Amino acid sequence: MFDSLSSKLDKAFQNLKGEARITDVNIAETIREIRRALLDADVNYEVAREFTKEIQEKALGSDVLTSVNPGQQFTKIVFDELVETFGGEKSDIAAAHTPPTVILIAGLQGSGKTTFTGKLARYLKQEHKRNPLLAAADVYRPAAVNQLKSLASQIDVPVYSIEQQDAVRVAKEAVAMAKSLAMDTVIIDTAGRLHVDEEMMNEVAEIKKAVNPHEILFVVDSMTGQDAVNTAKEFNERIDYNGVVLTKLDGDTRGGAALSIKTVVNKPIKFVSTGEKLDALSPFYPDRMAQRILGMGDVVSLVEKAQKEFDEDEAKRLQSRISSDKFDLEDFLEQIQKIKKMGDFSDLVSMIPGASKALDNNEIDEDAFKPIEAIIYSMTPEERQNPEILNGTRRRRIAAGSGTTVREINDLIKQFEQMKKMMKTMSKMGKMGRALQGLKNLPIGK
Amino acid sequence: MGLLDKLGFKKKETLDKGVEKSREGILNKLGRAFVGKDQVDDETLDDLEEILITSDVGVHTTLEIIKRIEARVAKDKFVTQAELQTMLREEIVNLLKDNDSDKPAEFDANFPVKPHVVLVVGVNGVGKTTTIGKLANLYKKAGKKVLLGAADTFRAAAVDQLIIWSERADVPIVQQGQDADPASVAFDTVSSGKSRGSDIVLVDTAGRLHNKKALMDELTKIKRVMGKVVDGAPHEVILVLDASTGQNAMQQAKAFTEAVDITGLALTKLDGTAKGGIVIGISNELSVPVKYIGLGEKIEDLQVFDRANFVNALFGE
Repeated sequence: MFDSLSSKLDKAFQNLKGEARITDVNIAETIREIRRALLDADVNYEVAREFTKEIQEKALGSDVLTSVNPGQQFTKIVFDELVETFGGEKSDIAAAHTPPTVILIAGLQGSGKTTFTGKLARYLKQEHKRNPLLAAADVYRPAAVNQLKSLASQIDVPVYSIEQQDAVRVAKEAVAMAKSLAMDTVIIDTAGRLHVDEEMMNEVAEIKKAVNPHEILFVVDSMTGQDAVNTAKEFNERIDYNGVVLTKLDGDTRGGAALSIKTVVNKPIKFVSTGEKLDALSPFYPDRMAQRILGMGDVVSLVEKAQKEFDEDEAKRLQSRISSDKFDLEDFLEQIQKIKKMGDFSDLVSMIPGASKALDNNEIDEDAFKPIEAIIYSMTPEERQNPEILNGTRRRRIAAGSGTTVREINDLIKQFEQMKKMMKTMSKMGKMGRALQGLKNLPIGK
Repeated sequence: MGLLDKLGFKKKETLDKGVEKSREGILNKLGRAFVGKDQVDDETLDDLEEILITSDVGVHTTLEIIKRIEARVAKDKFVTQAELQTMLREEIVNLLKDNDSDKPAEFDANFPVKPHVVLVVGVNGVGKTTTIGKLANLYKKAGKKVLLGAADTFRAAAVDQLIIWSERADVPIVQQGQDADPASVAFDTVSSGKSRGSDIVLVDTAGRLHNKKALMDELTKIKRVMGKVVDGAPHEVILVLDASTGQNAMQQAKAFTEAVDITGLALTKLDGTAKGGIVIGISNELSVPVKYIGLGEKIEDLQVFDRANFVNALFGE
C-alpha cells in the first residue's frame, strides 16, 4: 500500500515531466491522491484536508520534480510529516509524590477499557514494581465487575467493588482503601459511555473531581472512523485527559483515528494495545504509526514480538547445542512451540507488508505444525535425541502412532537435517539472533 | 433543561461544531444547486462528498454515489427540487440491500424452520452480547420461544453477562461456563432448542479480530457443528458492526463472510454521533442487508433497520 501510494504519486508526477517547479496547479492531483490515502485510512475529513495543505506548502519550491523517483520522495515528505505530528516528548505514567497514584480510565463502550486496565496493572506491577489496586467503577454493564475480577486474578492484583450502583463511591473508597493498605497505585476502570450522554459524562467528571487522579487515560478503539474527533474532543473537554491509549492494533486497521485525535486534542498516545493476552501492551512509536497509516505494515513490531519469545539466555543455550552438534528433535519441537506462542502464524504474516497479499492464493497452512508435532510426540525420548537410530521399523511405528505416513516422516527428518546443517553454518557466522532465519525454513506450507 | 430532557429523552447533538459543518438543510442546498441543470457543480459535489466521507461512507462508495447522481442528473434534467432530493435518497437506498423473505427482521414473523438458528459474530467490543439480549427480549415479547447459547467462553465474565441478559429478557440459556469448548456449547444449544421446541435460538460468540486465522477457523467449526443438529442451521449469521468503526468494517465484513458467510448486519451504537455510513458499501458490495440497529444499552434500545430513515439520518434529519 505504501508502495502503491508512491507508485500512484509517481503516476501523478508523470504529467509534470518538463515542468520546472511545483505549483498549486500542477500538484493538485498528487495532493488528491494523498488525501484519498489518508481518508482510506480513516483520518478525519477536516484533519486530512489540513494535513494535505501543510504537505502542499512543504512541497512548493522543493526539488521533488527533478528527482528520479518523485513519488517515493513525496511519500517520504508525507511520512516525515506524520512522524513529526505524532512526535513530541515521551511520557510515562505519572507517579504521585504521596502515594497512592490514582489513574482513571475512560472511553466509549467496547473500546477495551477493562482489558487495558488489566494490562496496565500488569505492566506497572512488572515493570515499575508497583502494587496496584483496581477499582471496579463500571457499575452498569452486566458482569463488568466479574470481568475485571477475573482479569485481576490472572495477575494476582486485588479489586475493590461494592454492591451499589455508585461509581463515585467505588472510586473514593478504593483510594481510601489503597491508602490504608499502603498500596501505591489505584486504577479506576469506568463504564463505557457515549460522549453525548450528558448524565454519564457528568458521572465521569464527578469521579475525577472526587479522587483527583494523577493520570487520566482515554481509551480508544484504533478501528474508529470519522467520529474519533468528536469523542476525543468531548472527553477532553470534560475530563482533560493526560494521554490516549489505542486498542486492538493487532487488527489490520490503518489507524487514521490516531492522527485525527492527535491533531484535534494534541495529547500524547501513551500505549498501544495489541491483543487479548494481558502482556499485549506496548509503548507508542510515531514512525510505526505513520507506516501503518500509509499502509506499510508494522515490520518493527513484528521483529520485536519475535525477539520477546526468543530471549537471549535461551538463544545462547541453543547456540551451544547447535555448535556442538547436539541440536536434536526435542530442540526442534521446542522451537516450533515458540513460534506458535508468538501468535498465529498468519497473524505474523499479516504484519509483514505485502505478504498478506502475496499469500492470498498460497496461504500458509497453520495446521502444518500439527503433523510435525504429532510425529515428534510419537517418538521415544531416545529417538528424539538421536534421530539417526530411526530405522524403517521405528518409522512405521511412528507413522501409525501419529496418524501420518512414513513418507511424511522421511520428509521431516530430511528437512530437520538440512536445517540443522544450515543452523550450524549460521552459528559459525556468529550471532544467534539470526536463529529466526533458520526457523523460516521450517517445512511449513508447500 | 429542555422539555425532551425532562421527558427522559437524551439530546442528540453534534458537539464538534468546529470540525463538523452543520448538516441542517443540506438537502435543500444540494437541491437548489441541482435544479435545472444537467451537471452538478464542483461546490455541490464537495458538499456531498464531505457529508458522505464524514459519515464513514468511504471514498470508494462516495465516488460511486456521486457518479450515479451525476448520471441521473444528466439524464433527467429540469426536475424539481423535491424530485432531486428524492433522487439522491433513492440512489443511496438502492445501494442498501433489502431483507430476504426467509430471514424476516420483524420479530413476530414466522420462520420456515423450527428452531430458527441465529449465530452472532463480530470483532471485540462491538456489542454482540448486548444485541443478543435485546433480540431475545423482542422475540420473547412477540410471543416466540427463545433460547440463548453462551458460546463466548473466552472473554472474562462473558457468560455471566449473557446470563444476566437472559434473566432480563426472561428466556432460558445454555451455557457450560468459561473456557468451555465454544463449538460444544453451540452444538448443545441447538440440540436443546430442538428438543425444547424453541422457535428461535440465538448463539453468542467471542469477539475476534478478523485477521486471526485460528479464531476465524474456530468460528467456521462452530457454524459447522450447528448444521449437524438442525438442517441448514445456522439459518442466519449476523455480523455486529460498531457504528463508530471506520473503513476497517469492510475488511471485517469480508473476512467474516469468508469464514461463516454472514447473512445480515446489526449496526450498534447509533445513539452517538457516528453515522455508520460504511454499511452502505458493505451492503452493496457483499449483498447483505442491514437488519437491526442498536441505540443504547437498555433492553429496548434495538430497532429493525429502516433504509429510508438511515439515509435521512446521514443528512442530519
